[in-house]
Amino acid sequence: MNKLVLSGVGRRFGEFQAVQDFSLELAEGEFVSLLGPSGCGKTTTLRMIAGFIDPSEGEIAVDGRLLSSPAGSVPPERRGMSMIFQSYAIWPNMTVAENVGFGLTLRKMARAEMETRINRFLDVVQMRHLKDRYPAELSGGQQQRVALARAMVVQPQVLLLDEPLSNLDANLREEMRFEIRRLHDEFRITTVYVTHDQSEAMVTSDRIVVMSQGRVEQVADPFALYTRPETRFVAGFIGRTNFVDAEISGGRLWMAGADVAADLLPDAARFGGRATLSIRPHDIVMTASPSAVQDGGIVFSGRVMERAYLGEHWEYSVRPDGSDAVLRVTAPPHVDLSVDGPAWLSVDATRVVALPPDGEHANEAA
Amino acid sequence: MTQLREASFGAAAPAGWSGWLASRLRRLDWSVLVWLAVLALLFLLVVLPFFEIILQSLRDNEDGGLTFDNYVKAYSRERYLVALWNSVRLGLWSSLLCVIFAVPIAWAVARTDTPAKPFINMTVLAAFVTPPYTGAIAWILLAGPNSGWLNRAWMWLTGAEQGVIDIFTFGGLVFIIAIYSFPFVYIFTLSALEMVSTEMEEAANILGAGTFRTMWRVTLPLALPAILGGVIITFLESIALFGSPAIIAIPGRFNVVTTQLYQFFSYPIQVEVAAAYAMPLLLITMLLVSLQRLVLRRKGFVSLTGKGGDRRMIQLGRWRWATFGYAMFVAALSVFLPYVMLTQAAFAKAWGRGFSLDNLTLFNFEYLLFEHQMARLSVLNSMLFGGAAAFLALVVAVFVAFMVQRRLVPFGGVLSFLCVAPFVVPGIVLAIGFYAAYAPPPLALYGTSWILILAFTTRFLPIAYVQSNSALRQINPEMEDAVRILGGGRLTAVRKVVAPLMKRGLVGTFLLVFIPATRELSAAIFLAGPDTRTMSIMIFDLSSEGNFEHLAALALLLQVLTIPMIWFGYKVVGRDFMLRRS
Repeated sequence: MNKLVLSGVGRRFGEFQAVQDFSLELAEGEFVSLLGPSGCGKTTTLRMIAGFIDPSEGEIAVDGRLLSSPAGSVPPERRGMSMIFQSYAIWPNMTVAENVGFGLTLRKMARAEMETRINRFLDVVQMRHLKDRYPAELSGGQQQRVALARAMVVQPQVLLLDEPLSNLDANLREEMRFEIRRLHDEFRITTVYVTHDQSEAMVTSDRIVVMSQGRVEQVADPFALYTRPETRFVAGFIGRTNFVDAEISGGRLWMAGADVAADLLPDAARFGGRATLSIRPHDIVMTASPSAVQDGGIVFSGRVMERAYLGEHWEYSVRPDGSDAVLRVTAPPHVDLSVDGPAWLSVDATRVVALPPDGEHANEAA
Repeated sequence: MTQLREASFGAAAPAGWSGWLASRLRRLDWSVLVWLAVLALLFLLVVLPFFEIILQSLRDNEDGGLTFDNYVKAYSRERYLVALWNSVRLGLWSSLLCVIFAVPIAWAVARTDTPAKPFINMTVLAAFVTPPYTGAIAWILLAGPNSGWLNRAWMWLTGAEQGVIDIFTFGGLVFIIAIYSFPFVYIFTLSALEMVSTEMEEAANILGAGTFRTMWRVTLPLALPAILGGVIITFLESIALFGSPAIIAIPGRFNVVTTQLYQFFSYPIQVEVAAAYAMPLLLITMLLVSLQRLVLRRKGFVSLTGKGGDRRMIQLGRWRWATFGYAMFVAALSVFLPYVMLTQAAFAKAWGRGFSLDNLTLFNFEYLLFEHQMARLSVLNSMLFGGAAAFLALVVAVFVAFMVQRRLVPFGGVLSFLCVAPFVVPGIVLAIGFYAAYAPPPLALYGTSWILILAFTTRFLPIAYVQSNSALRQINPEMEDAVRILGGGRLTAVRKVVAPLMKRGLVGTFLLVFIPATRELSAAIFLAGPDTRTMSIMIFDLSSEGNFEHLAALALLLQVLTIPMIWFGYKVVGRDFMLRRS
């Protein structure tokens, strides 16, 4: 049975529709991320799950028990959940041990058992040696670990994380991602994780919900999300890509600067003659002469506009002949083409994703 | 926010009338009740007295109907109009003098390597906590015609027949008000100058501007809005003061608005005329406060870019002793000389006999505390009323701040507006409103402790609100959310997290209301009865008797009682206590 179920959940603040028709089912022990740019409604959704905000439409249930609906909600304190906040929200008037033990005190746990439990979880986050410190004496990363221990020590039904790493510096952030996933593998708590950082979501999650403007764009595991995006927004938001407009006529797929047999990209026909193609920069193979081009792909001939060397690879901008759009190409260090010189680009058609056509913003690189 | 109990969630409606009532009560949002209670309290404290002022000014004393007679009476005599004009002049001149005192010292402390800055700050604070009426008394000892010590020194030095300074003049009053109001301008200017980042000045330097050109063209213009804000506050303070004008102007045979209002309140009491006559004071205050807001908002960019950072002080070289000297000169006028004189008089058998051992006595204190029939009670009254008012104001302010910030109630903005609104009502005008609203039956509070406690509460509610609001703002709401998601209710969150974290801020807020409330005069003078006189009123009464030894002893006693509170405030809140712009 599904652990946490959101069905048709929506929330409006006055005229503003923050979240719209959000439906999602989490299996027991699953780790799901809500990913999207700021203002996309992901935190509002999380706070509705927590019970801090009531939904204007739809319902939220845990273990089949209705928790939230427009008619009223079970308050946060009676949901058996835990949450880790963006500011960590470690109480500065309590020591590390008191912070971690707070939830257990509220559950009236016996002293001795509580002590063991606190120590165990402080061990898990490697903070036991600092248990009598006050939060002001801790670094950001250490506070984060206290927050983790405090949230998990009560063994919640559902664990909620609201951009928990956004206040850490880059190195620590990378370390903590794996830490969070490790803790999840150890305790298997059903988790909802809100972030705007795609690599965070990809490292930690079983599935990712991409949100934009209050709506769910796509729900998928990290691999599928990257290789098979379903909307233009997802393709542009997860990784970098080139968008190329295409038209089907006479059994061929026509693009600015290239054309290819339509059967190579059967998906493109789904949208009634027109489509937008998403081509990842590193899926493009670039050569200086046509002879090296592989068969069975889309081939553009063009001219190098500019390039930059980034050590691990080159970043090229290439303008296909007969087009005023620019394609971004990621090339290995040995591919050394001169600016203004000719370039041949070939793309394996199976790597290209066809998306619904978009008339307004054709051929922009994201 | 409707929050259903788990048990009743989705359950069918209970049968029967009592069941219906029980379910209604369970569903009734407690926050609405609290909101209504606070709104009612604020209505009594703020709205009603305010409307009573306006109502009274239009009320016919005979038949209770509407009339403009009161206005005719209040503005038809030349001496009434002269008093109005005197107040305006008084405000303008003393604000100008405040700028002359405050801005150079603030600049020296904020931007230069002037020595002994903490000490300079301390002298300004000492001036700040000296009630203007206490200062006025000290300056009578210093500069009373002929008998004042400064005049005597002059006559002794030059062999002149007469002294040169007469404090009982318009100029004397301007001076006395300025030396105790300049801390407002100082605080505003200092905080603005401390916000101007050195980088802005360095940007001017690198383009070729010298130190003083930079100061004139960059630093001071950036601080100008704040200086103007301070000036407006001192202007308003000057025209609303009652104590020092009464002590100086009445013997000096001229009137200002507040002393004239006092006369309308003397027998036969003409509340209606007083209310009409108080209108310009109220209007000017409201106007200038909004102007000040506008000035500080529009050009308040200083605080936006303030990034502290590395601040480089201007090296004044030998001139730093000049800036230090100037600060000490101002301190001598406002603090050193007055307190020396007050102490001398308080411990003297006769203050005119000067500093000698056989003139020393403790009799004055003994007399006040053990023989005088009212003085000891007045000390207790001041502490009691101040403490009660500070407590009440704090409770109301914290409640409103919490409800508004956490959006627990609809229309929170109305509540917070009512909490800060009394700021635009001068104490003396507030007193008229309270008198009109609560002196007559059914409440008939006149002469009771309550009318004073409530008036003080209202008067200082804005301070309490602004302070507790900012104390609460320091606490991230997520701290409370964290308690709730772990299973604690809102009350647990307040008890375990919010209250402990706000403790310091609340103690500071309490003192910031308590200290001024213990010395309040301009509202108290109109509301106190025979048994509810405060120390400030006692001082005022004794000043008309002319017994300066007792007067000085009582004034000194009030200051001595304040010192531990200020010390405590510094301990709890830190360096910024009192000398902070808010």
